Amino acid sequence: MSAVVAEHEHDDHHDHGPEKGLLRWIITTNHKDIGTLYLLFALAMFFVGGTMALIIRAELFEPGMQFVSPQFFNSMTTMHALVMVFGAVMPGFVGFANWQIPLMIGAPDMALPRMNNMSFWLLVAGILMLASTLFMEGGAPASGWTLYPPLVLQTGAAFPFAIFSIHLLGISSIMGAINIIATILNMRAPKMTLMKMPLFVWTWLITAFLLIAIMPVFAGAVTMLLTDRFFDTSFFDAAGGGDPVLYQHIFWFFGHPEVYVMILPTFGIASTIIPVFARKPLFGYSSMVYATAAIAFLSFIVWAHHMFTVGMPVAGELYFMYATMLIAIPTGVKIFNWTATMWKGSMTFETPMLFSIAFVVLFTMGGFTGLMMSLAPVDFQYHDTYFIVAHFHYTLVPASIFILMAGGYFWLPKWTGNMYDERLAKFHFWLSVISVNILFFPQHFLGLAGMPRRIPDYAVQFTDWNMVSSIGAFIFGFSQLLFLYIVIKTIRGGTGEEVTDEVWEDAHKHGLEWTLPSPVPYHTFATPPEKIPTEHF
Amino acid sequence: MVKTKQLFAGLALMTTGLGTAQANYTLNLMEGVTSISRDVYGLHMLVLWVCVFIGVAVFGTMFYSIYFHRKSRGYKASNFHESTKVEILWTIIPTVILIVLAIPATKVMLEMNDTKDSEMSIKVTGWQWKWEYEYLDSGIRFFSSLDEASNKARQLNSGIDPRTVPNYLLEVDKPLVVPINTKIRFLFTAADVIHSWWVPQLGWKKDTIPGYINEAWTSVDKAGTYRGQCTELCGRDHGFMPIVVIAMEKPDYEAWVAKQQGVAVEKAAAAEKDWSQEDLIVKGESVYANNCASCHMADGAGLAGTFPTITGSSVVTGDINAQVELMLKGKGMMPAFGQMLDPVDFAAVSTFIRNGLGNSVGDSIQPAAIKSLQAAIPAVKYDDDE
Repeated sequence: MSAVVAEHEHDDHHDHGPEKGLLRWIITTNHKDIGTLYLLFALAMFFVGGTMALIIRAELFEPGMQFVSPQFFNSMTTMHALVMVFGAVMPGFVGFANWQIPLMIGAPDMALPRMNNMSFWLLVAGILMLASTLFMEGGAPASGWTLYPPLVLQTGAAFPFAIFSIHLLGISSIMGAINIIATILNMRAPKMTLMKMPLFVWTWLITAFLLIAIMPVFAGAVTMLLTDRFFDTSFFDAAGGGDPVLYQHIFWFFGHPEVYVMILPTFGIASTIIPVFARKPLFGYSSMVYATAAIAFLSFIVWAHHMFTVGMPVAGELYFMYATMLIAIPTGVKIFNWTATMWKGSMTFETPMLFSIAFVVLFTMGGFTGLMMSLAPVDFQYHDTYFIVAHFHYTLVPASIFILMAGGYFWLPKWTGNMYDERLAKFHFWLSVISVNILFFPQHFLGLAGMPRRIPDYAVQFTDWNMVSSIGAFIFGFSQLLFLYIVIKTIRGGTGEEVTDEVWEDAHKHGLEWTLPSPVPYHTFATPPEKIPTEHF
Repeated sequence: MVKTKQLFAGLALMTTGLGTAQANYTLNLMEGVTSISRDVYGLHMLVLWVCVFIGVAVFGTMFYSIYFHRKSRGYKASNFHESTKVEILWTIIPTVILIVLAIPATKVMLEMNDTKDSEMSIKVTGWQWKWEYEYLDSGIRFFSSLDEASNKARQLNSGIDPRTVPNYLLEVDKPLVVPINTKIRFLFTAADVIHSWWVPQLGWKKDTIPGYINEAWTSVDKAGTYRGQCTELCGRDHGFMPIVVIAMEKPDYEAWVAKQQGVAVEKAAAAEKDWSQEDLIVKGESVYANNCASCHMADGAGLAGTFPTITGSSVVTGDINAQVELMLKGKGMMPAFGQMLDPVDFAAVSTFIRNGLGNSVGDSIQPAAIKSLQAAIPAVKYDDDE
């Protein structure tokens, strides 16, 4: 047992265990409880957003309209995206940040625990308000998650509620980001210098800065929509001297960094898991840090590659094309570094490693299509087709979502002290990795063959691949119930196998959290740890 | 059961791998029928092969490592974790590859933007949910919307199998006709929300934005029919506003132009004459089916909470002028039909809904009256740049 356990540090007052009963979860300020809340909420929203995706795929199973009206279909594509982005992926990574950042840097908790609680409950309020729009007159927003005017101004009663829910989600994200930055910059153990921090902590530090920079921009854009609709301003209305394209520039100034908010922590977790199972230090630690920073910087200067077809001056098109192509360089460095980390390792393939390898391979596929569409003249063909849908789902589902699951399998034994069922988990992995490709790979063909995105019905020649894609979607969707079962089973006792403090062989060389007992006590690092793992030096 | 059969077909397709798909199926981008579209296709293939090459190298290395460097084979881990040389190498190689890609891409980009010396111009306006084409040189102007057969089949649970509809969702009532081997400049704008005009065989798409005029050009080398769709989400019927371009030999095109100009004269005359109520109702029924039924339903029942009922509606059974004004200007989700329907169609459908669908107000309105109301609608204004 390591020297960092806090028990003997208590002098006159007793250990503060968790509150009893349900109240514990409402008023908690403990980073582990809040992390758990975020993760469970993200998992719940993953199923809500997933159900919407299955409604979409059911309607697209064959040509003709079978189940829903076109308007509701558009609401589904819009809400699926908003729920997955703001309800599932982002909170999922915030959950890991809450659990892991204090454990990884040797801090007793987050820097601002009460704000931590508030930012979680604001998230719940925001998502509930967003979900309530489904039941309003005129239906939920149906203009795509990008909320482009003038179309979004045709939304019914849901309009102000959708915008206010975005405000709430933005406030929640900003508070979470401030908390993460304050924690990382102020609460590291004395010997934990910045360039010794685990990569997950680095990626979150950079992500948090992105969030603080972009969420106010998004809030500003939607507020301008609000005043255009209710207070007769004309920010985006050409008839009043405004400009509908201005919105797109503002939105994507937020939106492009936003997609990196979802991918940078993914890189961080992958960089944490791969070395453990390769039994080798991460290759090129400092280049990984610099590449992350470079990607974050580039994310602010490439936004208009989402709008190559709006009719920018040719100089603008060329600038955004070149800047976008540059992203391939730091991203390539990362992929090469992960490969080099595996090279001449002594690899084993437990479920977290399987998901991480699948991430590296499938994210690279998404990267390839990304490179293809960075070429503006060719993007004139790809833009707004299923090719794009395939691209960003490859960078989100078998990337961000797979890594969220990898992180779950990786740290659950540490958090709960129980081992998950490895055989079932591997089964879950193989089901997921095969079905996710059946789901998204054919969408490349559909897009190239000419199928636009966001359409509820399609010409007959697109039938076959849509059917294949829908079958993949249903297999993938239902496979995730297995994940839910494995998680619940692990929390409630797992396989009964003894879990050691380091859980994975030699993991204590890779991170501070593995020096703590399993399960992790409610309070940890009341005094900062003396020694820190320095595997990459 | 058709559905079960399809399910099995889909599963069979999955198990037998690719390649067994339908005859008219393409897995790859189309080469298209213009010099630009072939350049774009060439770029696409170039970057695709670059990706395949990098993929084989990276994944090959990774899978070699996964196979040989595993603990179960007794492989002992090395401890290397840094090499500045390697890092520099794999920064420089991608940079060189990117430059190789950027040069031809820039060339194509510049060529695409060169709309100089065009021989004719067509203005394309996006409407919810149809296209308006205006030939600026010959004055021909018409709307192009989803054809009736597709429109019937695409209603929720229509009972019509889309496979029996020729060119389902890719057919229009009036296609855009262009001459081949002619440099045509397109001007794009929109009347309500943003749309995007895409015919894959021409090699590009362009957004149509209210208040903006965007430009693009094409020169088709092969006579034929080319189909496309709106590619910017534009509301409920975004999936149902196809584009059909018929490229003709020049003499055929000229004959078509002459015929259209004759039709325009006939239409103008029809708008001037007095119509009987029965004739208006008969004509109005088909106008209703094509323009109104997708929201207000074929029987006028509407959709509770979203699209108002026509039958017994206070607007439709009230003052005819108030009803016509609402239809001219639109309201909320309802598009303004003022410029979308010609005076005859407008008068016909206005009369039909008052005297059909369970209503029997008994009055009617003449095309001539509509024509003067339409003339009073102010034209859409544009910014002068772009």
